[in-house]
Amino acid sequence: MAFDLDERLDESRRVGFFTDTSICIGCKACEVACKEWNHVPDDGLEFTGWSYDNTVKLSADTWRHVAFVEQRKPLGHQEPGVGEMDFRWLMASDVCKHCTHAACLDVCPTGSLFRTEFGTVVVQPDVCNGCGYCVPACPFGVIGKRESDGVAAKCTLCYDRLGAGEEPACAKTCPTDSIQFGDLDELRERAERRLEQVRAAGTTSARLYGHDPGDGVGGTGAFFLLLDEPEVYGLPPDPVVTTRDLPSMWRHVAVAAVALLAGMAATAWRRRG
Amino acid sequence: MSAAGMSPAGMSPAGMSAGAGMTTEAVPMSQTDVRMDDTAGVRGDREATPGSAGRRRERLMVPKADFDSYYGRPVLNEPTWRAPDIAGYLFLGGLAGASSTLAAAAELTGRPRLARASKVGALCALGGSLYALIHDLGRPARFLNMLRVFKVTSPMSVGTWILTAYGPQAGAAAATGVTGLFPGLGRAATVGAAVTGPAVATYTAALICDTAVPAWHEGFREMPFLFAGSAAAAAGGLGLLAAPTAEAAPARRAALLGAAVECVAAARMERRLGALAEPLKRSRLLRLGEALVLAGAVAGVSAGRRSRLAAMAAGVALLAGSACTRFGIFQAGMESAGDPRYTVQPQRRRLAKERAERDLA
Repeated sequence: MAFDLDERLDESRRVGFFTDTSICIGCKACEVACKEWNHVPDDGLEFTGWSYDNTVKLSADTWRHVAFVEQRKPLGHQEPGVGEMDFRWLMASDVCKHCTHAACLDVCPTGSLFRTEFGTVVVQPDVCNGCGYCVPACPFGVIGKRESDGVAAKCTLCYDRLGAGEEPACAKTCPTDSIQFGDLDELRERAERRLEQVRAAGTTSARLYGHDPGDGVGGTGAFFLLLDEPEVYGLPPDPVVTTRDLPSMWRHVAVAAVALLAGMAATAWRRRG
Repeated sequence: MSAAGMSPAGMSPAGMSAGAGMTTEAVPMSQTDVRMDDTAGVRGDREATPGSAGRRRERLMVPKADFDSYYGRPVLNEPTWRAPDIAGYLFLGGLAGASSTLAAAAELTGRPRLARASKVGALCALGGSLYALIHDLGRPARFLNMLRVFKVTSPMSVGTWILTAYGPQAGAAAATGVTGLFPGLGRAATVGAAVTGPAVATYTAALICDTAVPAWHEGFREMPFLFAGSAAAAAGGLGLLAAPTAEAAPARRAALLGAAVECVAAARMERRLGALAEPLKRSRLLRLGEALVLAGAVAGVSAGRRSRLAAMAAGVALLAGSACTRFGIFQAGMESAGDPRYTVQPQRRRLAKERAERDLA
């Protein structure tokens, strides 16, 4: 397998999520539907005190995670009704980004992670040996290693449902259509229109995240409309696939290895005696 | 009762502050009427205005951040690698690879006892490496799944094949070296292990740098040289420890050269990484590693020439120093992954730079 950094995905067959956080109501139905459908073990049964967030982050056992952010900032022209104070409550359902250039897929040494016919990235749990390399490779902190069975796990974009012509469980259950599933081309167009609409309505801080094929991961299959900077939601502002620098890393390693060989030979240069 | 004095901050102080990054902003509030100390002027019951009490204390749980984050949570997921396994492997793999090269250099220049000690040391270090690597797997029984594919995009896959090429040769070199059987095969294995050894010792730099862990990834230019130097120092240390002084000259020089390369590479890396180098600069293990390696190398080429005991002490210091360096690099990386600052701020700076360049163009 060669470097797939220049590989072009067949965009016409690629599906994904457009998560419009401006209409997320924080009901967590996506988290529940995901767990139900995919038999994801329970977690998040602790009280964090971070607004309504108790699942904290994406992990092996949380494939959809709803973030709750409370801010003393205005939301468009909205009157929060708490005296003179500005207040807004941001909610966003985070998920695996199914990157165009997926670091987890690149670094997987067993071939357990693979690219599906839908352009998504999926773990084969019966192949994974739990080396854990994908975990620090992911620039978004999505994939995790499950303690109970020792293998990596993350969102599959409901690979089994896609094959049956069904949309993923989270999108199916989302009561406000904050999570929209569809062909990526179409979703990107829809997102542009929605962004204009939200901005025109006064929320000028709205922006798209992950929609740009020119970004450091080649654009994501699951992208977002956010109302603040990505890092406010726990997302990296400028993620880059780590393997972009790998050709240079290998060159540096090669030079160092040859230098080590030469150096060790030089230390014994003079024959004894 | 009026809701005017109610503050959502009362519901979630951490959320308010960390999410909005507004810890220092004063919020207009009416003065308190409900006090713990029951002082004069207290009005109770329905006229109480909860959440309006005086000035808020500084809350330690809120990170005083000049950047935004989600409740101070790391952006990246914490690497699941355990230090004894993976940092231990970084050290043992380096020791094994460089020792095999030193063994061949010693054998070809007529230093059989240094060669034999290095070969045996390499095989033991290799055994420890394989144990650590398999032990760290979530499903150790599936370790052979690594051999299903060869992926140049995965340093772990490449490393698996490097070890597959190196391991049998290192084993054969040690077995023939100790028993004296099959000298022809032994010579071939010794040379083969010497050529593949440096790959074992340096590919581990790509292994940890090819991640999103900021302190590892951004250090990818120096890391292979740091690891090569550290490996040479460790192999030199082993030679000093196990070989007689009369044959240990290559080990002494390897230790000195390795220590110098390691320290120069570390210094360059810390300078180039700027703010990202904080976890490296803070690391006591790294400082201790540098001190031990330098002291061991200097003691090796001075007192170690004459005194067997001094040579052995220098060898122990070199081995310990090399191990400290690997554990220090490992921990600094974990620390940089665990703090959102090291993920967000460099990316912010990159975006700002790109924007400035676009504006200028």
